[in-house]
Amino acid sequence: MLGRGLLRGFFETGRNFCGSYYDPARLTTVQYPEEKLAPQENARTVPFLVYDGEDPLAGLRCTACTICAQECPAHCMEVVKDTEKKADYLGKMQVKPRVFAIDMSVCMGCGICVEVCPFDSIKMDQVFELAREDRRMLLQLKDLAKSNAYFHQIHPGEAAAVDEARAEEKRKAQAKRATAAAPATPAIL
Amino acid sequence: MSALDSIFISTEHWLAGLAPAGVRPLVSMLLIIAGLMAVFGSCFALTTILERKILGRMQNRYGPNRVGPCGLFQPLADGVKMLIKEDIVPFSADQAVHFLAPVALTAPIWLAFAVLPFGRGMSAIELDAGILFFFAIGSASELAVFMAGWSSQNKYSLLGAMRAIAQMISYEVPLVLASIPVLIAASSLSLPEIVQAQSGFVMGWIPRWNVFTPWGLAGFALFMIAAAAESNRCPFDLPEGESELIAGFLTEYSGFKYALFFLGEYLGLFAVTGLGVTLFLGGWQAPARWLEWLPSWGWFAAKFGVLIFLFIWARATLPRLRLDQLLNFAWKFLVPLALVNLFVAVAWWQSGVWQFPGALELRWLLGTGLLAGVYVWLGRALKGGKTAEHHYNYAE
Amino acid sequence: MIAAPPEPQAPGLGDFANHDLLEVSMGPHHPSTHGVFRMNVVLDGERVVKLTPVFGYLHRNHEKIAEKNSYLASIPYTDRLDYICSMTNNWAYVLSVEKLAGLMVAERAEYIRVIVAELTRLFNHACLAGFLLQDMGALGTPLMYAFREREKILDLFESLSGSRMMCNYMRFGGCRCDLPAGWREQAAKVAADFVFFLDQFEALLSENEILRARSEGVGVLPRGLAVNAGVTGPGLRASGVNYDVRKVDRYGIYDRFKFRVPLGERGDVFDRYMVRILEMRESVKILDQALRDIPAGAIMDPKVKLRNLRPKPGEAYGRIESPKGELGFYLISDGGPTPWRYRVRPPSLINLTVLEDMCLGHTIADVVIILGSIDIVLGEVDR
Repeated sequence: MLGRGLLRGFFETGRNFCGSYYDPARLTTVQYPEEKLAPQENARTVPFLVYDGEDPLAGLRCTACTICAQECPAHCMEVVKDTEKKADYLGKMQVKPRVFAIDMSVCMGCGICVEVCPFDSIKMDQVFELAREDRRMLLQLKDLAKSNAYFHQIHPGEAAAVDEARAEEKRKAQAKRATAAAPATPAIL
Repeated sequence: MSALDSIFISTEHWLAGLAPAGVRPLVSMLLIIAGLMAVFGSCFALTTILERKILGRMQNRYGPNRVGPCGLFQPLADGVKMLIKEDIVPFSADQAVHFLAPVALTAPIWLAFAVLPFGRGMSAIELDAGILFFFAIGSASELAVFMAGWSSQNKYSLLGAMRAIAQMISYEVPLVLASIPVLIAASSLSLPEIVQAQSGFVMGWIPRWNVFTPWGLAGFALFMIAAAAESNRCPFDLPEGESELIAGFLTEYSGFKYALFFLGEYLGLFAVTGLGVTLFLGGWQAPARWLEWLPSWGWFAAKFGVLIFLFIWARATLPRLRLDQLLNFAWKFLVPLALVNLFVAVAWWQSGVWQFPGALELRWLLGTGLLAGVYVWLGRALKGGKTAEHHYNYAE
Repeated sequence: MIAAPPEPQAPGLGDFANHDLLEVSMGPHHPSTHGVFRMNVVLDGERVVKLTPVFGYLHRNHEKIAEKNSYLASIPYTDRLDYICSMTNNWAYVLSVEKLAGLMVAERAEYIRVIVAELTRLFNHACLAGFLLQDMGALGTPLMYAFREREKILDLFESLSGSRMMCNYMRFGGCRCDLPAGWREQAAKVAADFVFFLDQFEALLSENEILRARSEGVGVLPRGLAVNAGVTGPGLRASGVNYDVRKVDRYGIYDRFKFRVPLGERGDVFDRYMVRILEMRESVKILDQALRDIPAGAIMDPKVKLRNLRPKPGEAYGRIESPKGELGFYLISDGGPTPWRYRVRPPSLINLTVLEDMCLGHTIADVVIILGSIDIVLGEVDR
């Protein structure tokens, strides 16, 4: 009969109209900026550098190996090594980056730099309100470095796993140093 | 009850009484005009915001809710936006006609409000041929659409205008045909008398509104569909379709003239909805005697509001018809159905003399049976043999 | 001596040269062209006599960039091809690289790939139905309903891969990261809700007389033409040709799932719409089976190196049934870290080649609907 389909359509929209007043599953709008959805744990936007402890430069995990800059698909990172070496958490002598710049207007937030980093030093941030009125999207080391506590805050699971892995490696390194340092006990004949 | 009912009339008399006796009729008329423009102007503003909010709710989003409480000041913001926009007139356009087109659309529509009875004794002018006046005015405003299309000197606007005119003229026929049974029933062309003819109750509780008869129900449906097409409302809004290439006769209009076109369109909608309420829903009459504590203009407003909500609901639900389908629908479906409706109405009135028990049920059965049969037959013809169920095979 | 190149000529109109023809450019800025896409339409009155699609407004040198970047670095770029369906784009590319380099895929990763691909197919078809109705003038109501469901799936993708649209999730030999806790249950719930949504959607639309009147008999694509032009995907199946790459190639582990392939009869706009609705129902079945049967285990072979993949010299063509059609990647390796040639077979572009044939004789209002029913995404057409 002509019109039956139309009436069913009216019924559906009418049901949606009435439901929007009492059923939260019908009206799912989140009124930004008064209400904001919390980002999921795995959400990623742009990268940042992790430092342990309080001092960004001293605790910086990055060793300027430049693997992230080589693998970046958008070629948005510039890493320049420093000359002096300092010991890292495993006791190995590493350099720190003198320049670490990411052009955030070019970065596509793909997370490949995070995947290839051997030192767990660059991780994905969750900040998405990045719009600015100027063009200063080239972030330097001082802008990029954020503490491990912040990392725990935004990615608790991942940060905990990383900390545990690093602690395990530190234990193994210390154990290796202990056996190397202690002289071998001669067998008592 | 009657003090509240006649509050508008008594206010107007009191205000006119303040003027000297010589100019009292003129002042009285000006007051009525001012009142009508104020009421229906604010109705326009309210409808624009309500439409957006209701459409939003049907599409599971909030409508505008930033400007003012619940977004109610949005029309003010829209009005300011329209006023401060640059008024662009094409260089090669016919300047006078281009300027006059929105005026020629809006001005006659205001006239149409003069004959509608909004309450007990509340029609601005009581004409013996009120409904004839109304239809004449409605047709006059269609010229403005063509003026807009022609003066823009733009082949797309002209095509859009011609399509709009074709649509409007085609739907005038079912509009008038659907209202003829009402005129026969009331034996009058005067709108207040048509409302009076619908007073009283059948079997003690069913109001004697025209919509509660088989021909009235069908006529009401026909009238409302034709009204939507006359006002270029979805699903008949092809002339102003946004996703069509030819943006219609409104292409070369910007700023306040564009707003005037929209005002004219919405006013046309209000006028024809008001006529529908008057003809079929008993005008300002209450549905039951114990509900008559609400003033008559309140009942008119309530029925009016329900019909406007139905139009908004249709806009949210239905896609747009293509022009040839639209015209086919008018000429091959609505007009024959309206003619059959007329026949059923005459038969209803002639068989009103039947007094045997079950006469009313029999008359209802015959009326609805004939209308339903013609409806189904015309529906099949309109689909043109495409009623075959679609068959979808599946491959493994 | 080399002759001068011929003078460029206006396209000939043949018999119609004497009629009063209207040439209209449905320009790149248009509410209904699904992106920056232009159509030069020549009209005789209201009927279309010639239609020339003009695209390239979104060309971003994807294939050339891939020749300079490593194989790993091209994966985020494939997200942006058909930017609505990033997961299936990723899968087509990693499938080609796995064929080229001879890599095996972890079993759990295969199941995850099927799950996310079918979720992608669900929301792509729902959005297409919404956009088609939007073009017909239904003012966005079905579109909003489809997007409400899409939001649920995008939330799933965000918790899985970190990003709602540009997922960058597949890797050579598996997937980037494993399912988070509770993801399977959430995905099962989304699949169950989707069936209710489809029922509501069909109640709103499939019997709607206006939708049927606008789309039946419009834009008919004959079987022979579809096959000759290389049209793939739901458009081909709506014309009655039984060709679904999931059934033909049985890539991944699709041979383990029971699902049917809906076929249309006449190949008009309504058939293309209806085939997609039916495909959505079949996708939900695949989802249920995959979520039930997914095994535990590793999602990547630990021996596969992430960086510095250097496949042996050779060529490979890997293709999948993306929601738009057959998406293929043709790669030629010369043994180095970057591909020597990287070519995308974009289904949207190949399906567009029949646009003119489908539109001839119809009115302008129908052109918009026919374009909508082909389901193009300009990111894929222009790359």
